[in-house]
Amino acid sequence: MAAMKLEVHIGKLKLKNPVMTASGTFGYGEEYSEFVDLNRLGAVVVKGLSLEPKQGNPPPRVVETASGMLNAIGLQNIGIERFISEKMPFLRRYDTAVIVNFFGDSVDEYAAAAERLSGVDGIHGLEMNISCPNKQEGWCIFGTDPKVTARVVGEVRKRTSLPLIVKLSPNVTDISLMARAAEDAGADAVSLINTLTGMAIDIRTKKPRLANRTGGLSGPAVKPVAIRMVYEVFRAVKVPIIGMGGIMSGDDAVEFLLAGASAVAVGTANFVDPGATTAILDGIIDYMEKEGTGEIGSLTGTAHAG
Amino acid sequence: MSSSRYFRAEIRENRPLNGNHNLLTLANLDPMREPQPGQFYMLQVSKGSDPLLKRAFSLFRRTPEGIQILYRIKGKGTSILRDMKEGAALDLLGPLGNGYPMPSDDQSPLVIAGGIGIASVFSLVEKLSKKAFVFYGARLEEELFMTDELGKIYKELVVCTDDGSCGVRGTVVDVLHDFVKNRDGIQRPVIYACGPHVMLAAIAKAAEAYSIKAYASLEEHMACGVGACLGCAVKTTSGYKRVCKEGPVFDSQEIVWQP
Repeated sequence: MAAMKLEVHIGKLKLKNPVMTASGTFGYGEEYSEFVDLNRLGAVVVKGLSLEPKQGNPPPRVVETASGMLNAIGLQNIGIERFISEKMPFLRRYDTAVIVNFFGDSVDEYAAAAERLSGVDGIHGLEMNISCPNKQEGWCIFGTDPKVTARVVGEVRKRTSLPLIVKLSPNVTDISLMARAAEDAGADAVSLINTLTGMAIDIRTKKPRLANRTGGLSGPAVKPVAIRMVYEVFRAVKVPIIGMGGIMSGDDAVEFLLAGASAVAVGTANFVDPGATTAILDGIIDYMEKEGTGEIGSLTGTAHAG
Repeated sequence: MSSSRYFRAEIRENRPLNGNHNLLTLANLDPMREPQPGQFYMLQVSKGSDPLLKRAFSLFRRTPEGIQILYRIKGKGTSILRDMKEGAALDLLGPLGNGYPMPSDDQSPLVIAGGIGIASVFSLVEKLSKKAFVFYGARLEEELFMTDELGKIYKELVVCTDDGSCGVRGTVVDVLHDFVKNRDGIQRPVIYACGPHVMLAAIAKAAEAYSIKAYASLEEHMACGVGACLGCAVKTTSGYKRVCKEGPVFDSQEIVWQP
């Protein structure tokens, strides 16, 4: 068999393979570098950043649920400036794409953050978080009202020429509408799903188990929902899709590709096995060998045929 | 890439100490890194997805063949662990976090354990080789563990129980107050404590009043164990810090203790 082609394209960004890390589960890359050869990853997507550092939510911030976990970190981060000065020098040493996840509290903040990150040596792409479930009320409008989504994505688009991925919320009635709004406003790709808003209550204290009361559900529990949404979005947009939600194995990743994803992101699995990302890449390669798949791209959307 | 902080270990013994506490003896199957007292491990207790995450446990003691962990059977994960037999293999991540800073030669270490907190400080007492004054409290006599073993390694031991069924009646905090008030000539005391949050908060308060340096080992819900998820945040005087990375041992005056 000829050499297997694992390369994928996200807009003008070329990734050596389809396996990325999901923002918020891989720190700034450094935290996992002793367990994973970062050079083997398609991309490292770093913890979401804002112009100013954020404190985040009070603890408890995480709680385990059946085949998953709820988190309400509250977008704690060190801020864009410290990220650039303290974390980027480390990431530049690796031959992997660095994608910076970012957010703002207003359209202006989104646009300013995107502009600041553009042109920084070693940053290859941006992922806009318009869908964190752990922000105060009102913020979710960026990810749940297609008109607002179009406006914020449009403003960011004007301020950056980096490949722009928009990360979509699953906490909407029709995710394909949101995907189309992002595409029409200039997104180069969409990533989905962010976490599903959920809650757990301690029956002894009779109180919510997270201090924030609600949190975002991730892990294997959400995978069927994520697969369905990737499948729907594939029919609605032409831009590439980065699929995520409960990927634990190469087989799970392949399922996302077949549903319509061009690349995948590994999140909660990193907490279960710190070497999950490269194990998943190996699993995809095994599948391709067994199936005689020469090019990873030929898997994308295959489940839609017929 | 193989890593010495992610390794497999085999269960050599999983010994019940009472109805709801076990002592787990593990032999590492892969090379492992040398742990320090106060550090912890994340154990994967299931191969499936429920429970999904690793569980954090203090290093109880380093043994020639591996490590021991003293754990309380509390929920789904620890119930699965209790039922695991000799010869079963587990994935471990660790040693993680920062251990207890060792005292200097002219300091007198006061090691305070409340309940299962003994799991974290036992190896410290061992390392301090008969220098430690140990205050060890539990609700009941049946919840005091390894007192025979402790007997070989401490300088002085005061045991207390809430009901007085063993040792002094009262809490370790009471014992600490008595000790500090009635013992002249204890040179430069420094406190090392692990136990329930309320106990640690009371010790922090006492330590501040007596101007004694105190280190407390904290617990928080944790997902990754390596500083990535920011799940195990604890409020400090300089913002949130991660129990898994900046901790689990903190200077007690740095923590913003919750009432």
